[in-house]
Amino acid sequence: MLKLVVCIKQVPMVSELPWNSKTGTLRREMAEGMINPACKHALESALVLKQEHNCHITVITMGPPMAEEVLYEAIAMGADCGILLTDPRMAGADTLITSRTLAATIETRCPDFDLILCGCHTSDSETGQVGPQLAENMNIAGAAYIEHMELNGRTLRMKRVVDEFLETLEMDLPGLVTINTRTYIPRYVPLDGLQNAFEKQDIKLIDADELGIDPKTIGMKASPTRILDVYSPVEEKKNVVMKGAVKKMVDRLFDEYGDRISAAIGKDLKTHDHDEEQT
Amino acid sequence: MTTTRSKPDTDMPSSKEKNNIWVFGDYRNYFRNRVTLQLISRARELAEKTGAKVCAVVFGHDLDEYVNEYIAHGAQIVYVMDDPSLKSYNVESYVHLMADLAGKYMPDILLIGATSFGREFAPRVAKRLSTGLTADCVGLEINDEKLLVQTAPAFGGNLLAKIITPNHKPQMATVRPGTFTEQPHDDTCTGEIVRVLLPESDNMPKNRIRVISSEYQPQRDKKLEDAAVVVCGGRGMGSKKKFKKLFDLARLTDGETGATRPVVYARWAGHETLVGQAGKNIRPQILFSFGISGAIQHTAAVNDSDFIIAVNKNPNAAMMKIADVAIVADANQFCSALIRELRKRLRD
Ligand SMILES: Cc1cc2nc3c(=O)[nH]c(=O)nc-3n(C[C@H](O)[C@H](O)[C@H](O)COP(=O)(O)OP(=O)(O)OC[C@H]3O[C@@H](n4cnc5c(N)ncnc54)[C@H](O)[C@@H]3O)c2cc1C
Repeated sequence: MLKLVVCIKQVPMVSELPWNSKTGTLRREMAEGMINPACKHALESALVLKQEHNCHITVITMGPPMAEEVLYEAIAMGADCGILLTDPRMAGADTLITSRTLAATIETRCPDFDLILCGCHTSDSETGQVGPQLAENMNIAGAAYIEHMELNGRTLRMKRVVDEFLETLEMDLPGLVTINTRTYIPRYVPLDGLQNAFEKQDIKLIDADELGIDPKTIGMKASPTRILDVYSPVEEKKNVVMKGAVKKMVDRLFDEYGDRISAAIGKDLKTHDHDEEQT
Repeated sequence: MTTTRSKPDTDMPSSKEKNNIWVFGDYRNYFRNRVTLQLISRARELAEKTGAKVCAVVFGHDLDEYVNEYIAHGAQIVYVMDDPSLKSYNVESYVHLMADLAGKYMPDILLIGATSFGREFAPRVAKRLSTGLTADCVGLEINDEKLLVQTAPAFGGNLLAKIITPNHKPQMATVRPGTFTEQPHDDTCTGEIVRVLLPESDNMPKNRIRVISSEYQPQRDKKLEDAAVVVCGGRGMGSKKKFKKLFDLARLTDGETGATRPVVYARWAGHETLVGQAGKNIRPQILFSFGISGAIQHTAAVNDSDFIIAVNKNPNAAMMKIADVAIVADANQFCSALIRELRKRLRD
């Protein structure tokens, strides 16, 4: 049996994020959580492998207690069991430390894994670094931005497009892949699946002590990067709203922004054409 | 005058070779992607504040052309590992060589272009060096403590974070192509070329990833990402026939046509036009957006546009809120009127 480990992250549901319209800032604390979209593609790719081969899928997430939700969702989609790494001391970890903590978890809880699958980036912090760093931590083969996988025995054949090169790669398991979002479109979560997932209760909660990891090596304190400031970009954007007759608005667009348009299209534009026309 | 010397990889660096600013020479898509030159240029500006030298580091085979380019664009030292065995881009061996070299020379800062390769390469190097890395930076500054302040986007550019790596070296960042501007090519620039010999093959890692094939596939639709004008349409265009007008407008403006997912699903336009999380990122000087609601999966990929003109019959659509000019109108009617007016103004 092939042992697959899928690392997923809970991220705020940005499309429904409450914005403070006065300050233009995000009210993150009010956001609903969801599985990071790219992680869902990774899970889907594992489920596709499971359809073709005899596989067991463990999903792992690190996050606050509420992140358990994404594990239920993953199990509802077809994963077999989940691990939630949750400990206030783990909070604020950057990618180096996150990958180290995940590596420690896989090494102790799933030491006989064959393939680790991660999303290729997250929609919140958007680094795309955890997957490659996890491969480094585990000292295994790793390939990023994979779009297609085919397993023959212990050899995984992969396809990806990177920097305009279409590459076919191979590695012997165990290994790690990060999955691109162009393929492996995630299946819908069946409602009864969610019900079953809750009944199955196949989720383990682990904190730093149970993991046996030195608390000095986890969380924000151990992370080499420091966030100085988070802000929403101050746009000098004016957001000019135009209403009224279409022809008038077109004229106004050229009157006020003709230079800009002309520069972008690299051609000269005649001005005040509409005045001539009216006379 | 540009000087050249060779040294074995076991040679230790002199003190003036330490604490410099390094830029990874990512030359694979050199003619289409000048991110290395852009980073060298920015590095020179940063170096004025730290007193460091700007060095390019390049691995591969037959590299002279690139090495000379880096010098002509501002690199003061170029470390070159030129060997037939490095001919093809390979993450594992490049990571090994970079981690090894940087571990010895201890650059203060290491900058890498956020190409697909860079995005896989940089985190691995950072892990080997146990240092911090900030992804996809849109800004780099030196602060009063002489630390690199890295500005990186989060939530699809809706937020920006300023990040430092105070206690670890090198301070590492990847930077999106197009963020900085390269210095003009100057043949009179001089620099030092240091040819570092490859470690003994026993000391090179065995590649665990086998490259079965690697074909250069220049994407025709790459044009969308580089276009100065993009005409993007959504479901609000109404029909395939009406959507065709956007192709006309794109032709008139020497621009490219983009589309949202419902449009692609309805086959009003091909998949290569998809703009968004599942498609292309664009950063035109002007984006015309017609009948698009502005879902985050779409806007995340258009946020970097310099100027957005959105047309929607609903003034409260999210797309209208992020636009510089929000035009409340029927998308299709407005598009026709715009085409007519443009034809007039462009005539002769
Ligand atoms: C995982 C995932 C990935 C996705 N990836 C992408 C992606 O890459 N790219 C993408 O685009 N979407 C993507 N989507 C879909 C995205 O969420 C939105 O559904 C999509 O962008 C909406 O497209 P739209 O604006 O064309 O359509 P709609 O949301 O239906 O908006 C149509 C707009 O047109 C306006 N309108 C209607 N009639 C007129 C008229 N006559 N004149 C003027 N305006 C009119 C309406 O007011 C409305 O604002 C993704 C979704 C998911 C879940």
